[in-house]
This record gives sequence, C-alpha cells and structure tokens, in this order.
Amino acid sequence: MVDATADTPPDLKRTPLHALNVALGGRMVPFAGYDMPVQFRDGVLKEHLHTRNAAGLFDVSHMGQIVLRPKSGDVGDAARALETLVPVDVLGLPEGRQRYGFFTNDRGGILDDLMIANRGDHLLLVVNAACKDADERHLREHLSGTCEIERLDRALLAIQGPRAAEVVATLAPSCAHKRFMDLASLTVVGTEYIVSRSGYTGEDGFEVSVPLSHAEEVARALLALDGVAPIGLGARDSLRLEAGLCLYGADLDETTTPVEAALEWAIQPVRRRGGARAGGFPGGDIILDQLANGADRRRVGLKAEGRQPVRGGAAIYASDTAVQSIGTVTSGGFGPSVDAPVAMGYVPTAFVAPGSTVFADVRGKRIPMTVTPLPFVAPRFHRGTPRT
Amino acid sequence: MLKFTEEHEWLKLDGDIATVGITAHAAEQLGDLVFVGLPDVGATVSKGGSAATVESVKAASDIYAPLDGEIVEVNEAIGTDPSLVNSDPLGAGWFFKLKLKDKAAMDGLMDEAAYKAMVG
Repeated sequence: MVDATADTPPDLKRTPLHALNVALGGRMVPFAGYDMPVQFRDGVLKEHLHTRNAAGLFDVSHMGQIVLRPKSGDVGDAARALETLVPVDVLGLPEGRQRYGFFTNDRGGILDDLMIANRGDHLLLVVNAACKDADERHLREHLSGTCEIERLDRALLAIQGPRAAEVVATLAPSCAHKRFMDLASLTVVGTEYIVSRSGYTGEDGFEVSVPLSHAEEVARALLALDGVAPIGLGARDSLRLEAGLCLYGADLDETTTPVEAALEWAIQPVRRRGGARAGGFPGGDIILDQLANGADRRRVGLKAEGRQPVRGGAAIYASDTAVQSIGTVTSGGFGPSVDAPVAMGYVPTAFVAPGSTVFADVRGKRIPMTVTPLPFVAPRFHRGTPRT
Repeated sequence: MLKFTEEHEWLKLDGDIATVGITAHAAEQLGDLVFVGLPDVGATVSKGGSAATVESVKAASDIYAPLDGEIVEVNEAIGTDPSLVNSDPLGAGWFFKLKLKDKAAMDGLMDEAAYKAMVG
C-alpha cells in the first residue's frame, strides 16, 4: 500500500492560495518546489469530469510570469530579441494576443515551453514553475541589452470548462467577447487583472493574473459561483493528457526537438526556410532541417487495449517478444472522459501512422497499444465567429 | 476474526481461509480506482510480496500479501468494476481469499482498535 501521509519537506514554497487550498481539503504534495494540491475532496476522477462538464478552478500561481520590456519603448524590439531564443513569430503577434512557444538549445532541444503575449508596450511570458529560474537567467543572459526583464510576483488562476465563460462573465462581463488566445487588462476598483482566454485542459476557459493581495478574494468569489469546484494537479494532468498537450519534463525536455515533439504548428512559416525571418534561434539549423525532412522519431498518442493504465517511463517495443525497445511512454494514465487508458510517447517514424500497434512493458507484461491521433478529446476552445 | 495490517489491509478468517481487502482509509487515500490487477488462483504468495495492483487515474499501487499462503479465490467483480473497492471496501470490494500457511500468524496482526489508533 502507498503511504499517502508522508510529511512534506519544510522548504517548499507556497502560493498565495496555499491556505485556501488546505482549507478546501487539498491533499498537498511537493511539485516543482511548491506545496501544491494534487486533489481536493472529490478526487482526481470526479474533478476531471467536473471540469469537462461545468467549470474547474486551478491554482497555477507556481508558474512564472515574466515581463520583457523593450528599452527602446518599441515592443517590436522586444519581439525581435525574443525571436533569437524561440522559433516563433513573435513580431507578428498583434497586441492583445498570445501564442504558444518554446525556448530551444543549440541541439534543437527544448529548454521550456511557454506562452508569449503582446501587451502593447511589453511582452508577458508565462513559463513552467520548474524552469522559471533557469528561464529568467536565460533571458537575462541573452536579452539584457535590449530588454528590462522583470518577474511578476502575482497569482495565476485558471478557470476551465464549458461553463467557464458564463462564470467569468458574472465577474467581468467584457470577457465574454474574448476569443481563444485573446488577453486584456481589466481594472476593477484600481486593481489590474490580466485575463486571457486560454488554458491547458482542452476546454474553453480563462487564465487570470491577479495581484497577490487579491488572490484569495478572487478565488473565493469564483468558487462561490454555481458550477465552480476547486481542481488539483492530478486532474490538471489527466485533462492536459487527454487534450494531447505536452508536460515539460515528461513529454518535452532538452533532448526532444519541436519536430520530434510534433509541435511544428507552433513554428510559423516566417521562421521557417524561405520565410522572411527564417532561423536565427538556437538549434535553428537542426530544427529547420527536421521541418523540411522530418525527424527519426515522433511523439504520438497511444491508446492501450484493456483497462490497465500505461504510465510515463514504460518502454515501447515493436512486438510482444522484441528485446530492443524502440521508444518510451512519456505521459500516461487513465483518461476519465475517454474512459480508457491514454498515453503519449515517442516512436520511430515507421510506427507513427494511426492504427500502428506497439507494445509497452508494464511490470514485465507487454501491453498492446494503438497509435492514435491527438488529442484524445476534441478541443472546445472558443475561437469566435469568423468575420466575413 | 477481523484483523488489520500496517499496509492498510483487512483479513477476515473463516477456518484456515482469510478473505483479504483494503481498508476504507486506504480506499479513500487511493482515490477512485480505474483498474485492479488480481493474482492467479493457485498462486503462492509470501508476506510482503506484491499480490495485486490497483490503479487510480493518477498512480499505480501494490497490494501486498498480508501473510504467507495460497490464493484460492479472487473477486472478479472488482476486476470488472473497480469502483466497488471505493464504495464498499470491507464488503463487495474484497480482493482475494488466501489459504493461510500458518493460521497462528493472524495473532501477530492488529485488531480493529489498534488499526484505528494507527490511522488516527
């Protein structure tokens, strides 16, 4: 049996919602140096389904919020500077919009994945908790000539699910008009909130950056609304896995390239060969070559036969008797909405076609897995009505 | 006779066969189960060895053999519907029946009062 009552180390950091998380019955575990709720009283399965059916509130204050402010005053200069570290079209990102990206290294590997927002006179980056100190050092080392780099010490709340828009609109009616990946400042009684229509669950929803002093008040106001429940990191993980979204440190790391990770969609044509600003980021030659010619391995969705989850770390084989493994499961578990075990992992190019069968080793038993298109659940992002 | 282990299992003795399951405390700590892997009938198990596995959305855990013996029956119902372990851990959510090698070894396990004191 598991020992679920292990003491948490005393040196863990706390988010501004720590006391509320504990008061709500959060089961606290160490995550990226923080004491975080892995689940609340309903448990991972019910919290996951609640988010897909109504609205879930997530404390993601452990993530890093970093401002890049151009010394020239022209946000284009900050965009051009950041483009030397990410293979993303930052310059073409309009004010009030954000997009997904990643910092790369000289071997084309991924140092971290992040969100990049154009805030008019500066860029706002949201980075992973475990990487935020390294990311900040990386930015200071390379961009200090052109940008002031400032860590925003604010809380970050995510409200996700089909009822998220209705819920957020009761507190901030203007948010209803936002589309997926829009963001804007809202000032309420002199307090600035930065609201984006985004998240990491595959659902419609919002992420709200809140001053530390107002974090608990905002969280309590949201939780008081009909349909909103607190959701822990356990369900956050199963939700993003079903949505086919990568977890840095599991599905992405310094040895995986964006092409291997099937993240080509995040590299806009302007940064590719033939584009006006092709390359010019770390590992550019490797990544651009892989974009043109493909990589030897690729991240794919994997569905296990039967009910037994296949977890991250399981070795993948071409057959149930093969001796040499051909890849590894990088994230895996049970998908409550899919009602089946789901996983992601890296396999050689010969096995990436949907319907291919591979075998994962779970405790010495080979479990057949079918390569399945990602995401496992259809995304329900609010992309808005196309303008005609 | 109902006994408990430090690994949060219960044993109910009938003759020399103990029915084994996990406690309500354990079921609550594990969360909603989505998979149960049961041992083969006829398998010989030793105290402390893995006898079954349970998986929640989040994690896999071992269920250890509480004493030495032979598996004589398993509860196929929890293989089909793992939620029985959460809803009725001391009843319909039992795991397996163990023919004890040494019935007297039951005496070394905790009674209900001692187990309750342990989990607080």
